[in-house]
Amino acid sequence: MESILRLGQSTVSVFSGLGRAVIMLMSALLHVPNFKKGYPLLVKQLYAVGSLSLIIIVVSGGFIGMVLALQGYTILVDYGAEASLGPMVALSLLRELGPVVAALLFAGRAGSSLTAEIGLMKATEQLSSMEMMAVDPLRRVIAPRFWAGFIAMPLLAAIFSMVGILGAHLVGVDWLGVDSGTFWSMMQSQVEFGKDIMNGMIKSVVFAFVVTWIAVYKGYDCEPTSEGISRATTSTVVQSSLLVLGLDFVLTALMFAR
Amino acid sequence: MVSKKVEFIVGLFVALGLAAILALSLKVADSGFSGNGTTYQLYAKFENIGGLKVRSPIKVGGVVIGRVSDISLDSEDFTPVVTLDIFEEYDNFSEATSVSILTSGLLGEQYLGLQPGFIDESLEILQPGDYIEDTKSALVLEELIGQFLFSQGSGD
Repeated sequence: MESILRLGQSTVSVFSGLGRAVIMLMSALLHVPNFKKGYPLLVKQLYAVGSLSLIIIVVSGGFIGMVLALQGYTILVDYGAEASLGPMVALSLLRELGPVVAALLFAGRAGSSLTAEIGLMKATEQLSSMEMMAVDPLRRVIAPRFWAGFIAMPLLAAIFSMVGILGAHLVGVDWLGVDSGTFWSMMQSQVEFGKDIMNGMIKSVVFAFVVTWIAVYKGYDCEPTSEGISRATTSTVVQSSLLVLGLDFVLTALMFAR
Repeated sequence: MVSKKVEFIVGLFVALGLAAILALSLKVADSGFSGNGTTYQLYAKFENIGGLKVRSPIKVGGVVIGRVSDISLDSEDFTPVVTLDIFEEYDNFSEATSVSILTSGLLGEQYLGLQPGFIDESLEILQPGDYIEDTKSALVLEELIGQFLFSQGSGD
């Protein structure tokens, strides 16, 4: 009896949370944009969410490319196929690792700070006082943060892939002695713009939507206490990471399976 | 108001991101948007195309002159029809040209090798949409082994 009761409660809370998230996003985004007012807010958030994430993205992209090249080389050289190192690294970065790892890093670096910031605004009643002054906090606080994350993440994923390929070039060509011409030309003959690069970009756009939506919603919906903020931040990182990995499988199955 | 420094850094970030996308599409995936100029089509019928795929290269003496753009089955005599997309600048192949399916290396991918025929007054130049008559099919290893075993058996 008790357990059925709890099942019902949790079902209702899951769906009402989902509903609140959709309503929040709709009311934050569906209005006529005011570029003059919105532009400085957006630039400020792009700086916080995008530019400040550059270092972690570049460093981890470089190391992931390097380690891919190292691992790939030791396996491929057994079959005398080390010329395929370029396409192997490029395809795995463009199709999978670029969008996914960039989204995970983004959730940890930027998503958590978005949630904590908005949560603290709510706890210190800044959001309510904005409403008192007839400023819609959804438009003033939520919308620029959402758009900033949505714009920044595909760019970060592209930078991640490019730096990763350069890192693989460093290890594969400069240290392990794969021929530089073969590295690029094999890559160019194997990688297709429409299939590999565009699908990777679509993936990162989807992930950007999911991660920033979760981060913004968790902050906006959190319990206005210090404990509530910490719980909201944790669940932002956990839920967006899980959702990114799950969605990645679904998207890959749709795009690349045959 | 946003300071100039923040605006500058954001601009740098966006420029870097766009440059990465551009570099990916131009350097990593060659000729993403436009393709390599204009092409014309020739057709060739084979008995067996082996492992030939769409986008396989077409080579003359090792130089890529086009790509396979389509592979289909003739609905009447059930033989594979391969569509060859050849770059416009190579438009001087005669009727005596032959095409064969070759393999790069022992286990490499398969490509189309074109043998340009001699050019003579009695022979016409291949026009777009023509069929190349002289074709050699892919070597299928299993058939070769089968023939070998068969000839061994009948020799006794």
